[in-house]
Amino acid sequence: MADGSTPDMQVRTTCPYCGVGCGVVMKPDPAAPHGWRAQGDPAHPANFGRLCSKGSALGETIGPDGRLLHPTIDGRRATWDAALDRIAAGFRDTIAQYGPDAVAFYLSGQILTEDYYVANKLAKGFLGTANVDTNSRLCMASSVAGHKRAFGSDTVPGAYEDLDEADLLVLVGSNAAWCHPILWQRMQANRQRRGARIVVIDPRATATTDGIDLHLAIAPGTDALLFEGLLVHLAEAGRHDRAFVEAHTTGLADAFAAAFARAGTIETVAAGTGLRAADVAAFFHLVAETERTVTLYSQGVNQSHQGVDKVAAILNVHLATGRIGRPGMGPFSLTGQPNAMGGREVGGLANQLAAHMDFTPEAIDRVGRFWGAAAMAGKPGLKAVDLFQAVEAGAVRALWIMGTNPAVSLPEADRVRAALGRLDLLIVSEVIGSNDTLGASLAGPVHVRLPAAAWGEKNGTVTNSERRISRQRPFRPLPGEARPDWWALAEVGRRLGHHQAFAFADAAAVYREHAALSAFENGGARDFDLGAHAHLDRAGYDALEPVQWPLPAGARRGRTRLFDDGRFFTPDGRARFHVPGEAALAARPDADTPLLLNTGRIRDQWHTMTRTGLSPTLGRHLPEPFVEVHPADAAWFGLTDGGLARLSNRHGAAVLRVVVAPGQRRGSVFAPIHWSDENAGQARVGALVAAVTDPISGQPESKATPVAIAAVAVAFEAVIVGRALPDRRALETAGALAWARTTIEDGHAVLAAFPALDPAGWPAFASGLIGCGADDLTDAGDPAEGLYRAAHVRDGRLIAAIAMTAAPERPGWAHLNPLLGAAPLEGRARRAPLASRAAGGGPDPGPTVCACFGVGRTPIEAAIRAGCRTTDALGATLKAGTNCGSCLPEIRKLLAAETAPA
Amino acid sequence: MRDRIVIIGNGMAGLKLVEELEAIAPGRHALTVIGAEPVPAYNRVLLSSVLAGETTRDAIALRPADWYRDLNCALRLGDPAVALDPATRTVSLASGATLTFDRLVLATGSLPIRLPLAGADLPGVVTFRDFADLDAIEAAAATGRGAVVIGGGLLGIEAAVGLAGRGVPVTLVHLMDRLMERQLDARGAALLARALEARGITLRLGAQSAGIEGDRHVTGLRLAGGEVLPAGLLCMAVGIRPETRLAAAAGLAVGRGILVDDRMQTSVPGILAIGECAEHRGTVYGLVEPAYAQARTAAATLAGRDAAYQGSILATNLKVSGLPVFSAGDFLGEPGTEAIVFEDRPLGHYRKLVIRDGRLVGAVLVGDAGDGLWYLDLIRDGRPISSIRRDMVFGRSFCEAA
Repeated sequence: MADGSTPDMQVRTTCPYCGVGCGVVMKPDPAAPHGWRAQGDPAHPANFGRLCSKGSALGETIGPDGRLLHPTIDGRRATWDAALDRIAAGFRDTIAQYGPDAVAFYLSGQILTEDYYVANKLAKGFLGTANVDTNSRLCMASSVAGHKRAFGSDTVPGAYEDLDEADLLVLVGSNAAWCHPILWQRMQANRQRRGARIVVIDPRATATTDGIDLHLAIAPGTDALLFEGLLVHLAEAGRHDRAFVEAHTTGLADAFAAAFARAGTIETVAAGTGLRAADVAAFFHLVAETERTVTLYSQGVNQSHQGVDKVAAILNVHLATGRIGRPGMGPFSLTGQPNAMGGREVGGLANQLAAHMDFTPEAIDRVGRFWGAAAMAGKPGLKAVDLFQAVEAGAVRALWIMGTNPAVSLPEADRVRAALGRLDLLIVSEVIGSNDTLGASLAGPVHVRLPAAAWGEKNGTVTNSERRISRQRPFRPLPGEARPDWWALAEVGRRLGHHQAFAFADAAAVYREHAALSAFENGGARDFDLGAHAHLDRAGYDALEPVQWPLPAGARRGRTRLFDDGRFFTPDGRARFHVPGEAALAARPDADTPLLLNTGRIRDQWHTMTRTGLSPTLGRHLPEPFVEVHPADAAWFGLTDGGLARLSNRHGAAVLRVVVAPGQRRGSVFAPIHWSDENAGQARVGALVAAVTDPISGQPESKATPVAIAAVAVAFEAVIVGRALPDRRALETAGALAWARTTIEDGHAVLAAFPALDPAGWPAFASGLIGCGADDLTDAGDPAEGLYRAAHVRDGRLIAAIAMTAAPERPGWAHLNPLLGAAPLEGRARRAPLASRAAGGGPDPGPTVCACFGVGRTPIEAAIRAGCRTTDALGATLKAGTNCGSCLPEIRKLLAAETAPA
Repeated sequence: MRDRIVIIGNGMAGLKLVEELEAIAPGRHALTVIGAEPVPAYNRVLLSSVLAGETTRDAIALRPADWYRDLNCALRLGDPAVALDPATRTVSLASGATLTFDRLVLATGSLPIRLPLAGADLPGVVTFRDFADLDAIEAAAATGRGAVVIGGGLLGIEAAVGLAGRGVPVTLVHLMDRLMERQLDARGAALLARALEARGITLRLGAQSAGIEGDRHVTGLRLAGGEVLPAGLLCMAVGIRPETRLAAAAGLAVGRGILVDDRMQTSVPGILAIGECAEHRGTVYGLVEPAYAQARTAAATLAGRDAAYQGSILATNLKVSGLPVFSAGDFLGEPGTEAIVFEDRPLGHYRKLVIRDGRLVGAVLVGDAGDGLWYLDLIRDGRPISSIRRDMVFGRSFCEAA
């Protein structure tokens, strides 16, 4: 049976990370850290049994550590009844005093469609506010807006099958090899099997640009110009599909005229995009010659103050060539989040009403009648960035944050964090007990904290990037007093007197109503239609197989592609061309802030690491925050590889590890978004990003913020390994210039950098950092070499240890980790935490390259030197790279470096 | 006729010489060993263990009398040599016997120093050198009154720990402000002091002895400030001096000890000296290991082989159970040296390694001396230690990678 309620059998569910939406089979495994092991679901059409490193490590992230288990009111434990009463009363009072628009919800692409549905219904139908936005705003709002402008609906036309069947895959602003690894594997498989070619358009070289056919290292912000040039070239090459354009579109003439004026020649395009003319010509030629072309785009397109225009420029090309809705071709938005699409299906964006309906009078009336609404919102609400500015301005007085960490992730994050302190009522529904948003000391009190059900406990649906709805099924009991979010929302609705409207018996009941609303007075007018599920019973819901929408009443299977019939969802049924604005960045570098900061993800972490950060396996890949700098910029600004740099602008600052990267574009730096005050000293990259947004989508320009950069001198590098979470204050007191925490087996590791320290003070320094008396230390110092190591061993257990080396050398720590769980350390074994390696053991394996099999860089380099000359040979020897394959680009780099002629 | 070799002294050095000589030239010599003590050679290092009751006199005997007999080695015990005549190649014994030798080895060891204090000859005032001293200590300890040990060096500490191990209240008086100042740095000495105090020993550092109280038996030790430490036993363990009287009287060249060359040859051909009585290149050693090395060299010289003793790098081992202390080489760290320091504070373990020019030149170990001999080898080899520098302070097992 597909229902996952029986703990002694495997459960089929869906991965909670990126928008690929892979099927996961959780199998009971007594040897796994928390009793469950994740495997790919061979029957799921997104992944056919494969999982990336993050998905493979899911079993490591479901432990009890750090969970929020009970509601609190004003920091004190409270009952659910009291907490819900407080929320209901708070909403009532706020609305009475300030009106409904003083209430807002900030939701997440992490929560389930059912949670989203109830939140949207409560806000827009019963509180009378459309202030329901979500972190999806930071992720794909520009694609949504672009789709709606062009197609009349928020529709991804194609399916993952198209990636298997295309002859040309163009990735724009996407590091799919790291961010959508399973889709990237499908593309690679196509390439190997069918010879599909791959072009990547990205200012920087990434794992995705490794070994492809063409990398266009485009100047930031100029994508639209490139696609305008392509539109012109395709016309000249006779590739515009006149019949399709005339029958099904409108506006090409204007779009072409504008493109011709701005991007009429390859030379003009090359000059404007910073690319070589030959590369531009090669790209144009490839697209012209390849009908089966899929253009995949992600945050490099979306996170821009011109994101909607960039999407338009891409869609224009596909509409002009008629390459849409047919096998192996089409525009394809790669969603960042597991349920960004599900959220939009219910209206989980402030400018949508519900079920792909907007704030038209007819739709407001229709939805109001369906819901029996007490107070319908009559106009769009505040988009994420505007919403938090309204909090800062005092216009929004009550805010319910659910499953997201805006104090880290939003632009100008320091300002957002401070603004949270101004709320009369701040409600946070969370799985974990501590994050920057919950951090009361900076933001003021979180008035109500609600323990939410986590992945593996909650029950519902998510929709992936190809419109495929999959079930997330529970396989673990709810811990403590954790409850599903939809339940908490419905309880507040009932407390506000709307018993009938919020009388959901279970998640299936929510889903049924959601499906029914999508079909309500639809008749094919709206793309989103789940009419076939409007009467799905509990058993059918539990057994639901992954299915694509639309799925109108009577349909037996979902629809793979839309627009194959040339019918769009605009009033006249025709797709719209749009003229993009002149491509330009919102802000240019200047003398004070001479570099452009690009932000993004890394392979093995997800968002603010509240989930992936729990996995020791994932923590080993890139354990600390960093900034990638081009070698010439590094030389100019006096930065060294492995040193520290301080990035700053008027919004904030961060101190990050420098990675000198030849693949980085000169003048631009790249920093990952994942670190926060929970796990690093000063690495909240969101604090630097300016809150400049696209005027239509409201999505911020997160990939091109001017910043200053300066070297930070380091005298000592240290690693601290311990059972307890590191004490932020102790690290600050010790003078840490930068630090980052990563989870390891049985504890935590902190990597930290320090200024010069007098050797006489080392024991006091160490005991302060690891939280014991100086007389409790076992330590060893070699001042001449700048080496110091100390440990606290109590009752034969290693409590904590520190290893310190003179910069730029960094202490290894792989051998320390097993000591946390080692048999009692007695006698001479008490020294083991001080040694640079295990007694009788081999050298430190170095940073992990292959997360799936835990293979470090040192053994890979050794194997290459021992004669392994290919990734296959390394895989045969070490298994490295033979599972998810997302480390293969790094392995190829190591191969190239080790085998390069001296 | 076989070469007649007489060895004066049946201590650890004298016995080692017999063993070495029999190993390389079995049966070639007619050996006679003369011992002042009435028992065959025993492991003097373990005297304090006997005092502490951890072992017995029998257990520390090195070779039984049968062993000498089987080698056809004449053993004359309790009959000290009283005169040596190089001209006639004879040696006279206390019993009146005279022995003729072709070659002779002096292994007379050393004498404990007695402080020239008033009352130093009172009953209950003892040194700590041999079984006779042990008899006196045991007798005095049996009175149940407390003991005072003068001397915070190796021997004094061993005596104090041995007495404490018997339940005798002990005060250890030391002139210097730290224990074993010739073998330990300040930190190591402090840890040792802590460990001794943990065993109930009262320490009086920086205390000068002024006189011994008592009429018919010692009753206490008076310090320079006038304070009197009551004691039914006063053990002087303030040092030793080489026993050179026989050699000096015979006209051999004597400095602090009997002068020998690298072949352990004295100023008189055919007469050698080894052990604590010998002075080699200006150094007199008070430890067993150089004595053994010298015995090996002397055996080779006697057997007609080329051998040269190059001197020993000093290593000190305090072999009181549970109180391992080891030091070797330049343990203080002269200018131009670098130090690696390890400390397990809860266990009271301490190690300091002294490095000069990338080589180990000294070591101090307190609490766990298990790697002492490995460090000693490294010091003696003088090989570069850069490849093991990071882990060598933790011991050999941490430096031997799989």
